[in-house]
Amino acid sequence: MSTNQVNIDNGVNVQALLDARAALTEMPEAAQFQWRATSEWVNGTHTRSTVEEFFGLGEDQKHKTRFVYDTDHPEVFASEDHGSTPVEFVLVGLSGCLGAGIATVAQNRGIQLHSVKATVEAGMDLQGILGIDSEVRNGFDGIRVNYEIDADASEEEIRALVAQSQKRSAVFDIIANPTDVWVEVSKA
Amino acid sequence: MMSGGHFPAASVDAVIIGAGHSGLAASHCLAELGVEHVVFERGEVANTWRRERWDSLTLLTPNWLATLPGYRYQGDDPDGYMNSTELVRFIEGYAGQAQAPIHAHTMVTAVTPDDPGYRVETTEGAWRTRAVVLANGGFNTPAVPACAAGLPGHIAQFTAHDYRNPGQLPDGGVMVVGASATGLQIADEIHRSGRPVTLAVGEHVRLPRCYRGRDIYWWMCHTGLMDERYDQVDDIVRARNLPSPQLVGTPEQRSLDLNSLTDKGVRLVGRLAAVRDGKALFSGGLRNVCALADLKMNRLLNEIDQWIDAQGGVPGAGDMERYPDTRVEHPPRLGLDLAKDGIKSVLWATGFRPDYAWLKAPVLDRKGFVKHDGGVVTGAPGMYLLGLQFLRTRKSSFIHGAEDDARFISQHLFKHLEAQSGRSAVPSCA
Repeated sequence: MSTNQVNIDNGVNVQALLDARAALTEMPEAAQFQWRATSEWVNGTHTRSTVEEFFGLGEDQKHKTRFVYDTDHPEVFASEDHGSTPVEFVLVGLSGCLGAGIATVAQNRGIQLHSVKATVEAGMDLQGILGIDSEVRNGFDGIRVNYEIDADASEEEIRALVAQSQKRSAVFDIIANPTDVWVEVSKA
Repeated sequence: MMSGGHFPAASVDAVIIGAGHSGLAASHCLAELGVEHVVFERGEVANTWRRERWDSLTLLTPNWLATLPGYRYQGDDPDGYMNSTELVRFIEGYAGQAQAPIHAHTMVTAVTPDDPGYRVETTEGAWRTRAVVLANGGFNTPAVPACAAGLPGHIAQFTAHDYRNPGQLPDGGVMVVGASATGLQIADEIHRSGRPVTLAVGEHVRLPRCYRGRDIYWWMCHTGLMDERYDQVDDIVRARNLPSPQLVGTPEQRSLDLNSLTDKGVRLVGRLAAVRDGKALFSGGLRNVCALADLKMNRLLNEIDQWIDAQGGVPGAGDMERYPDTRVEHPPRLGLDLAKDGIKSVLWATGFRPDYAWLKAPVLDRKGFVKHDGGVVTGAPGMYLLGLQFLRTRKSSFIHGAEDDARFISQHLFKHLEAQSGRSAVPSCA
């Protein structure tokens, strides 16, 4: 892999990431992060979620601002469509994660990006969530991501960028591999 | 009180642990430097190759590459690949030629700092020494993932350490976990025994056996890739943990890749991610690990082509070639009900770990590996490592990689002893 080149700028501070990697190798406890969201049901299928605090580097951290997201369902579901569906948020998460990875890997490999466009499509058989057929899963039957990338690199180097980004992607891993999920309930 | 028995500890300048090819190479180099030493071997010379590998194993490198300091392959098949019996004979021949001071059937039970050196406890008594070479190998304890514990009890489990041949396995389906040379070779031979094989594939290294008419290692040696140093590669941690390349050594020099197994009927699935309620769950990242391996193979082939061009051609070299991308079933299988699918045994080809339980010096990192700088153990003067993946160069874990590393650490060890005793004359290692 080539080292950073001075005239390449994808807006990623790779040196800071490399420094962090070195520091966290020495101090693995500081590498323990926790991501958090809170949410409140609004009405119907409309829920509002907020993201502000997280934990990492040994202490509570905060985003610069509080981010608020509405999720709902479209009118074909007889809903009011106050926001994208939760499953679309999963696609947002995946493309956001892969995009960040592509820019970072490109910066580290000295590749100047000009444009990175992704289309993400996921199929779903509603017979699952509607309980029509118990053999159909609730979730996606697959996710297809299509990247169109303009960069100062060969096609093979661009393919390698995207492959490396998948290899290091948290959301790719969360989707592609099983994750333990537990939900607790208390009466307010 | 002496913990090693009733007799006072014997004394020697250097102790080598392990009489495999690395330990014997170190013995050769130390003898050249006039360093008095002994070699402790838990079993017999080349013990791992004798007792801890499968029957059909062959070396991944061709015989012409079987060189050790002062010794080389002399047989009549330089382009062939030794099987384990031939390899044991080869290493035995080396031990005999060098008249290495081997204490066979002598298990090291503890190495403890004991100023100005180390105290080495063995099953045959205790020794005091000023230097220790850990040449016991990094490939002796099979590393099995935690999810193995979740497998239903009726499924027989084997590792690459205790597997010998398909005859050991119950009839029925076999899930082979791991896509290194080991995993692919074993999957291939189990499939040929008539048992349906499912192969769980994580990150892997794909290489053709031959490229442009020569063994892939011929190119890797001549282009200088094998000599790439540990302090020059981009990510040494990754380089040291890579699985072995998908290769097999056969007389017809065939390539062994995932496509060739798919063609025969082996079923590919993603990395084994979990076992839940009798179901094996596989990663949905199979396409990407295959794409990564294809890209990396092609990058290597590009480097070889460029090197050939830069030489103005290589006599006898064949035409440039590219191989079909790895095919993955669409959609790949993400789960397997082990009972319904008839899986009767699981073979863990998930790598090995070194065993340092007896190493009582504070030299291990939090993952249990010895901290070292190119074989010079960190924080333990006079302690050295040999025979591990990418110890000093890409070839370090290969037979022919032992020579450079053994010479380097022997010189270092010699200078260490000399500095300790305040002498100065340094004979050079030939």
